[in-house]
Amino acid sequence: MKIKDDKYTGLFKFIAYAVIILTSLACLFPFLLIISASFTDNASIIRDGYHFIPKKFSLEGYNLVLKAPDPVLKAYGVTMTTTVVGTILGLFFITMAGYVLQRKDFKYRNFFSFVIYFTTLFGGGLVPWYMLLTKYLDLVDTYTVLIFPGLMTPFLIILMKNFIRSAVPDEVSESAKIDGANDFKIYYSIVLQLSMPGIATVGLFLALAYWNDWFLSSLFINDPKLYQLQFYLYNIINTIAFITQMGAGSGVSLGGDIPTETTKMAMSLIVTGPILLLYPFVQRYFVKGLTIGAVKG
Amino acid sequence: MLIRRRGVLYELVKNRILFLMLLPALLFFLINNYAPMVGIYYAFVRFDFNRSLWNSEFIGLENFRFLWQSGILSKLTVNTLGYNLVFIISSNVLAIVCAVLLSEIQLKWFKKLTQSIMFLPYFVSFVILSVIVYNVFNYESGFLNTTLRSFGLGEADVYNTPWVWILLIPLFYLWKNIGYSMVIYLAAITGISDEYYEAAKIDGANIFQRARYITVPMLKSTFIVLLLFALGSIMKGQFDLFYQLVGNNGILYNTTDILDTYVYRSLKVTFDMGMASAAGLYQSLFGFVLIMVVNTIIRKINEDYALF
Repeated sequence: MKIKDDKYTGLFKFIAYAVIILTSLACLFPFLLIISASFTDNASIIRDGYHFIPKKFSLEGYNLVLKAPDPVLKAYGVTMTTTVVGTILGLFFITMAGYVLQRKDFKYRNFFSFVIYFTTLFGGGLVPWYMLLTKYLDLVDTYTVLIFPGLMTPFLIILMKNFIRSAVPDEVSESAKIDGANDFKIYYSIVLQLSMPGIATVGLFLALAYWNDWFLSSLFINDPKLYQLQFYLYNIINTIAFITQMGAGSGVSLGGDIPTETTKMAMSLIVTGPILLLYPFVQRYFVKGLTIGAVKG
Repeated sequence: MLIRRRGVLYELVKNRILFLMLLPALLFFLINNYAPMVGIYYAFVRFDFNRSLWNSEFIGLENFRFLWQSGILSKLTVNTLGYNLVFIISSNVLAIVCAVLLSEIQLKWFKKLTQSIMFLPYFVSFVILSVIVYNVFNYESGFLNTTLRSFGLGEADVYNTPWVWILLIPLFYLWKNIGYSMVIYLAAITGISDEYYEAAKIDGANIFQRARYITVPMLKSTFIVLLLFALGSIMKGQFDLFYQLVGNNGILYNTTDILDTYVYRSLKVTFDMGMASAAGLYQSLFGFVLIMVVNTIIRKINEDYALF
């Protein structure tokens, strides 16, 4: 009996390790390909294709990007600004809304919760929203249009509400109220302190969305000085694709002198770098957030 | 006292600070989500950028008629629903399998490391994903073709082969989202009491039976919650995923065009505002009706799982 059980356990463990290792490798593989390609000689990529280990090591891609760093730095600046300002403002609004909506003595909390939730069920569609922001609010080529739409989502407000409800006991608010503190004071000096892990999680969700956004630039930004980092990369990719296609069509190699492929890869890494560096430190907050958010509330 | 004790005004005065704290969020949704609903009218007029919405010529259902008769609408609906169903089912099944397997592994560092690796793709942008896909599949120097060539197996022209994308798009969806769903299921597994497993061991259940008859059934409620949550947005495709992988490559539209990409392209690439607003409104309404029907059915079966 015991021996048979061990045999099953061994088999199960073997399957578990095999499946998990294979899935992890599949998740990791594309990153290795990009990293390797960014350090490869461009001619070698065009001749021999992409490989895991550079056939011929070269830094020309990085050199080209860093030779004229102004546009990249500019795009970095735009994305940093929108990420920092958007995350701080968004957190302020989301925590306040989350706190109010979980207060049991706030009579209309269910009504307002539904007003917010309803926006996930029905909307006007892309065109009316686009027209409102461009024509009626005149937000083309402004920082506002890169920040405002990402400030909050119903999901994040609900997540925050659940966080606060589980982190701040009702008695704390009530006793502070008896001591004469007003609601904002309670929020500011007690609730925020007690829900720091939740704030970190929601803040990271916001920051990630701002950092990875290219959609808002593509819709609302014409001025290259206001391109977000991801949209800047997106444009470079398209320009390079265009140059190579033109070259192939006309028989003249327009991109011959430019290390097209390696530049693209180097740019990709420069754009993703901060996320890859911060990832090990912030990952656990996402796990925590998803764990609490998964509990229906 | 002038104000009635239980009236709206009384509440407003009594809880004015709470109302003020909620105000930014309410204003946000008012501007960002409720105000555009007025623009639904765009779908029924001949679009003219220089005229205001209410001065535009009313043309009734003409935009919809074109979309319907050209067959675009049914194709987009089938693609959107089809892809989303495949996404929902495959990602949940794979996430459950991975979570169950990973939960039985005792090596702490291995668990942490692999979980981090699987969660990593969730953090990179879709623009990077498009670079990755290009690296692997482009005809001249892509990883796939160079590998095929080195084994003398010919070449694959993926960017000109529409049917392949029916497999590739879900594959990259899984790549990006598997870690996310797995974390949720792992959390649910951690919540299962050890007593069940102890009792099963005493009864002689082996590790396969314990996984099959304890862990998997215990994940049912998490699965249903995630499933219903996903069904709520089944008409909203993964715009970033489709647009960054396919872009404006017309050869692939038949198998890869969804409502979101069609609306975006009509707005920004072909400047066909009539089609964009009609298809957008169709998407919103269809999605809304679908959620209502699904929710009513769920409410009948088991009220605890109803979305609202």
